Amino acid sequence: MWVKAVGRKSGWSLVTLWFVLSFNFFLFRIMPGDPIALLARSQRLSPAALIEQRRILGLDQALPLQYVTYLRQTLSGNLGVSMISGTPVTSIIGSRIWPTVLLVGVGTTLAIILGVIGGIAGGWNRGSSLDRSSLYGSMVLYSTPEGWLGMLVLIVLAGTLGWFPAGGYSSGAASGMAHVTDVAKHLVLPVITLTLSYMGQFLIVMRSSLVDIKEEDFIGIARAKGLTDAMVRRRHAVPNAFLPSFTLIVLSFGFVLGGAIVIETVFSWPGLGLLTYQAIQNQDYPVLQAIFLLSSSTVIVANLLADLTYRFLDPRVEVV
Amino acid sequence: MSTPTSASGTASLSRQRRLETMERNWRLFRKNRQALVGLSILIIASAVGILAPALVSNSSIDPAAATGIPNSAPSGHAWLGTDSFGRSVFALLLVGARVSLLVGLTATAGAVLIGATIGLVGGYYAGRRIDKVLSALTDMFLVIPWLVLAIVMAAILGPTLLNVIIVIAITSWAMTARLVRAQTLSVRALPFVERARALGANDWRIITRHILPNVFPVIFANAVLTVAVAILSETTLSILGLGDATAISWGRIIEEAFSGGAMANGYWWWIVPPGLAIISVTLAFTMCGYALDEILNPKLRKR
Repeated sequence: MWVKAVGRKSGWSLVTLWFVLSFNFFLFRIMPGDPIALLARSQRLSPAALIEQRRILGLDQALPLQYVTYLRQTLSGNLGVSMISGTPVTSIIGSRIWPTVLLVGVGTTLAIILGVIGGIAGGWNRGSSLDRSSLYGSMVLYSTPEGWLGMLVLIVLAGTLGWFPAGGYSSGAASGMAHVTDVAKHLVLPVITLTLSYMGQFLIVMRSSLVDIKEEDFIGIARAKGLTDAMVRRRHAVPNAFLPSFTLIVLSFGFVLGGAIVIETVFSWPGLGLLTYQAIQNQDYPVLQAIFLLSSSTVIVANLLADLTYRFLDPRVEVV
Repeated sequence: MSTPTSASGTASLSRQRRLETMERNWRLFRKNRQALVGLSILIIASAVGILAPALVSNSSIDPAAATGIPNSAPSGHAWLGTDSFGRSVFALLLVGARVSLLVGLTATAGAVLIGATIGLVGGYYAGRRIDKVLSALTDMFLVIPWLVLAIVMAAILGPTLLNVIIVIAITSWAMTARLVRAQTLSVRALPFVERARALGANDWRIITRHILPNVFPVIFANAVLTVAVAILSETTLSILGLGDATAISWGRIIEEAFSGGAMANGYWWWIVPPGLAIISVTLAFTMCGYALDEILNPKLRKR
C-alpha cells in the first residue's frame, strides 16, 4: 500500500511538472511581440542575423516540433540564454541562489520559530491579552504588503537611525570574518522584514490547532493523571497539534527559491527575487521563464514531501 | 402544483424564508464587533472610491499640472504633504481607493466566477471524467506558486489595468473551486435534489435553482476573503512596476514613492499613507469574511 501511495503521488507531481512546462511554453508563444522582435530592438541585428537567430531559437519550426525541442532542451538543463547579456540562463540563476537561500532561509526559519512559539503561548491561554494581541498583530501583518513594510524598516532603521546599511549584499569586505560580519549586517533588515511578514501564518495555524486539541478528552485525562499544566502542554497537546504546522513548514521551504521578490527588490539583495525584478524591467523572458520553472519545481517537490510525511505522521490518513 | 396561484405561493414562501434567514444572519453579523468595524471601514472606503472623481479634480493628480511645492512635508496646506511632482498625497490617496477597490472587486468577481463554475460542475458530476479533469486542474493551480505565475503572466501580457485584473483572477480561483466542489458534493446528496430530479428537472436547472442557492453562502464568504488577497496582489504587482502606469492605485503610489527616492530622502508621508490604507481595507475584508464564514458555515459557529 505504501509503495503504491508514494508511486501515485510522485506520478502526480510529475504530471504537474509537465503542466508547468507546457504552460511555460505556451505563455512564451502567446506573448505580444515575438522574442526575435525584442532581440532585434535590444541588439540591433541585421535581417540576416535575425533569420539566423530565429533558426537557433528554433522559432522557424512548426509549433509541435518547437514543443518537443523545448521539452528536450529544458529537461537536459538547457534553459536558453539571457536576451540582455547573452549568457546562459542556468549560470545567471546559479549565481543568485546562495543569497536567496541565505535571506529567505534565515527569515523563514526565524518566522517559523517565533510564529510557532507565539501560537503555542497564545492558543494555550486562549483569550488572554497575550493571545489577543498576538492574534491581532498577526492579522495586521498578514494584511501588510511586505514591500511596504520593508520600505518602512529601511526609512526608520537605516535612514533615521542609521543602524544598518540601506541595501545590497556587502560593502566589499574581502574575506574571512570581516566578510561574514559585513554580509550579516546587510542581512539584518531584510531578514527582519521577511520574518515579520511570514510569521503571522505560522502563529495563526499553530494557535488554532492547539485551541482545537485543548478541547479533546485526552487532555482532560492527562490533567486528571495529575500532570502539571506545562507537562500536559508539552507532552500531550503540542505534539498532537503540531501536524498542520508541520505541513505548512515543509511547504514554506518549498517557497524559499521562489524568493522574496519584493523584499529583495526593496533591499537590493542580489538573489533570485531581485533577478526576477530585473528580468521584468529588461523583459528578459528566458530568465523569467527559468525562474518560474525553478520555483514551481521546488514547490511541487515540497508538496510531495509534505503529502508523504503527513501520511507517515498521521496514520489516520487513509492510503489511497 | 401546476396551477399558477400555487406556484407563485411557493415562490413567495421561499422568498419569505430567504428574507428571514438574511435577517437572522444580519443579527448575528451585528453582534460581531470585528465585523462591524470591518464593514464601517469598507463603507467609508467605497464611498471615497465612488466619490473620488468629484472630490479630486483631474488636474490636481496630473503630474504635469500639479501646483504644489514638490516633496513638502504635511502642513495645513497639504494634509499629507506632496510627492515629487507637487501632487497632494491626500488627493492621490482618495483616487487610489477607487482603483485599488475596483481591481480588488473585479478580479475577485472573475476568480469567483471561474472557481464557482468549476467547483459546481466538478461537484455535481463527481467521479465522472469531467470532474477528474477539473479537480486535476484545480490541484495544479493550488500547487503552482501563484505569485510568481502572476508576475510572469503580467510581465508577458503587459501593464494594463485589465491585464492586472485578468492575471489576479486566473491565479486566485483554485481555492474557491475546491471549497465550492466540496460544498456541492454535500448539497447534492440532500433529498430535495433527488426530488427535483424525480420531478423532471434537468442538470442545468438542478445546478442553478437548487444547488447554487445552497452553495451561495460559502461562495460569498469566500469571495469577501478573496478580495483581501486580490488587493494585496495588485499592490505587489504595482510595486514591481507591473501595474497600469496611468491608473493611480495605492500600490502605484508606493511604487512611485519607491522609485522617486522617498526612502533615501525620508519622505515618509509619501509612503506611509497608502500602506496604511491597504492594511485597513485588507483587514476589513478579512474581518468581514471571517465573520461571514462563521455565520454562514454553521459548523464553525460554535467556535
